[in-house]
Amino acid sequence: MNPVAEEKPTAVFLPGRNPMAEAWRRFRHNIPAMAGLIFLLGFLLLCLIGPWLTPFGFEEQNRSLGAASPGTMGEAGRHWLGTDRLGRDLLTRLLHGGRLSFLVAVAATMVSLFIGVTYGAIAAWCGGKRDAVMMRIVDLLYALPFTVFLILLMVIFERSLLLLFIAIGAIEWLTMARIVRGQVLVLKTRAFVEAARSLGRRSSALILRHVLPNSMGPIIVYTTLTIPNVMLLEAFVSFLGLGVQAPQASLGLLINEGVSAMESAPWLLFFPSVAFALSLLSLNFVGDGLRDAFNPKE
Amino acid sequence: MEAIPTLLAVITITFFLLRLAPGGPFADERDLSPQAQAAMEAHYGLDQPLVMQYFRYLGNLARGDLGPSFRYPTRTVNEIIVDHFPVSLELGAWGLLVALSLGLGAGLLAAAYRQRPQDHTIMTLAMVGICLPTFVLGPFLVYIFSLQLGWFNVGGWSHWSDRILPGFVLGSFFAAYVARLTRNGVGESVLMDYYRTALAKGLSKRQALWKHALKPGILPTIAFLGPAAAGLLTGSFVVESVFNIPGLGQQFINAAFGRDFTVVTGLVILYAVLILFFNLTVDFLQALLDPKLRES
Repeated sequence: MNPVAEEKPTAVFLPGRNPMAEAWRRFRHNIPAMAGLIFLLGFLLLCLIGPWLTPFGFEEQNRSLGAASPGTMGEAGRHWLGTDRLGRDLLTRLLHGGRLSFLVAVAATMVSLFIGVTYGAIAAWCGGKRDAVMMRIVDLLYALPFTVFLILLMVIFERSLLLLFIAIGAIEWLTMARIVRGQVLVLKTRAFVEAARSLGRRSSALILRHVLPNSMGPIIVYTTLTIPNVMLLEAFVSFLGLGVQAPQASLGLLINEGVSAMESAPWLLFFPSVAFALSLLSLNFVGDGLRDAFNPKE
Repeated sequence: MEAIPTLLAVITITFFLLRLAPGGPFADERDLSPQAQAAMEAHYGLDQPLVMQYFRYLGNLARGDLGPSFRYPTRTVNEIIVDHFPVSLELGAWGLLVALSLGLGAGLLAAAYRQRPQDHTIMTLAMVGICLPTFVLGPFLVYIFSLQLGWFNVGGWSHWSDRILPGFVLGSFFAAYVARLTRNGVGESVLMDYYRTALAKGLSKRQALWKHALKPGILPTIAFLGPAAAGLLTGSFVVESVFNIPGLGQQFINAAFGRDFTVVTGLVILYAVLILFFNLTVDFLQALLDPKLRES
């Protein structure tokens, strides 16, 4: 092959210069981001092992212990965070709700990730008129009152979780499409893509093997920033009574139940709200931390 | 210019979405005999082909008539809007005022003290503000200020003091966002050469910030106002429900639950018009401030 390339192949690869490792090194030194990551992992773990952690079921009612304050002793164990008006253990419901909220958030984000990346990559790859038309459509969609449509969808059709996250995902893909398009536009003119093309690779292989892996940074960053947005949307819909339905629980629904019992049992409002706000805070810190880790500026 | 096709798309989607959905406005009225139901449907033209209904609706719409409410036959959609829209508009205006005054003020302050303790404090507060959505902040404030301290009414919209908590709750999230955008935008233009030139030719920091850093730095904030308007609108659904305010948001949620087709369609159209109008205003403002955009 090329003799020049064979002469010093190792010079390019300095040890420890892997971009992912570099990003992780910078991320590790970001205190809020690490705190957020640790909180998230801890909360997620609790949510996952929740059913084995507490002796109560999330829909198990106990009429004699309605709206018991935190720390009350129940039949099967202590209600650490108290109970709601039907005597259901709040801690159990909180962990169950957290799991559902995160599940919806991750699933909806994956839907938006898939649509956004596909759409953005195709628009940029085709270029020219098709690109212009496709991005014009995105501009138009930005101007629509989507939350209003989301409410309509949830009212009209059965309030299934599946529909909820497909609908949310279908709303949230627009910014991802713009970001991916910008990346692909730059990358598709680069020499290594040109080289792979001259070797006879098909467009789909070029995009999947060469272009997208090199846009991983922005995609990861924006994905983590989408998750809190989706959680917010899910909680908003559930708060209005249109999303997750009792006896199921999600953080938004628990906050809603807390509001109606605010006067007599404020802990029902307090704990779900704090859990929700801390989750959002952590997700945002992690997202910001990732952004700084992938494009260091200062 | 795209406003009209976009609007037409909104109308069409909403219209067919609602008509194709299972269950109509009269479906769960148990004491309605099938004959009465058929008569009702005939009265409102629901027995005609869908396409006919659609064009008739568009025709009425062109004359500014949104039709009668299916649920409350004595009321028209126009009346509902006239009755409740001013309340929502006022709430939104308070929210926008809070968002802009608090957000711009805090953002400029943070940019002026970039990387100093003031900056870090404001940015931390802004981050907290972003993580306290209306449905968390609202009930919390009601609990503290209305239930515990008794400073405000728990809900309602009669006294002037009823505006304070809802306005703040609605605006705070956007204030936090505006603060972040302003701080980053202005903070970036402070690093530019033209800003250093302005300082070098002898302007004070305040003059340089005001004259040279503000205009380019505030562009991202202006661009955010479009999405913010849509957000204020949906935020008002929650705020109206938390504070029991008789605005349009409550009407919309109730109508959606009751499948009151005409009310829902009418309000969706109104919301779309509002958002489009706001986006156009934002485009105009951007062109006014950004010479690069004015060229194209």
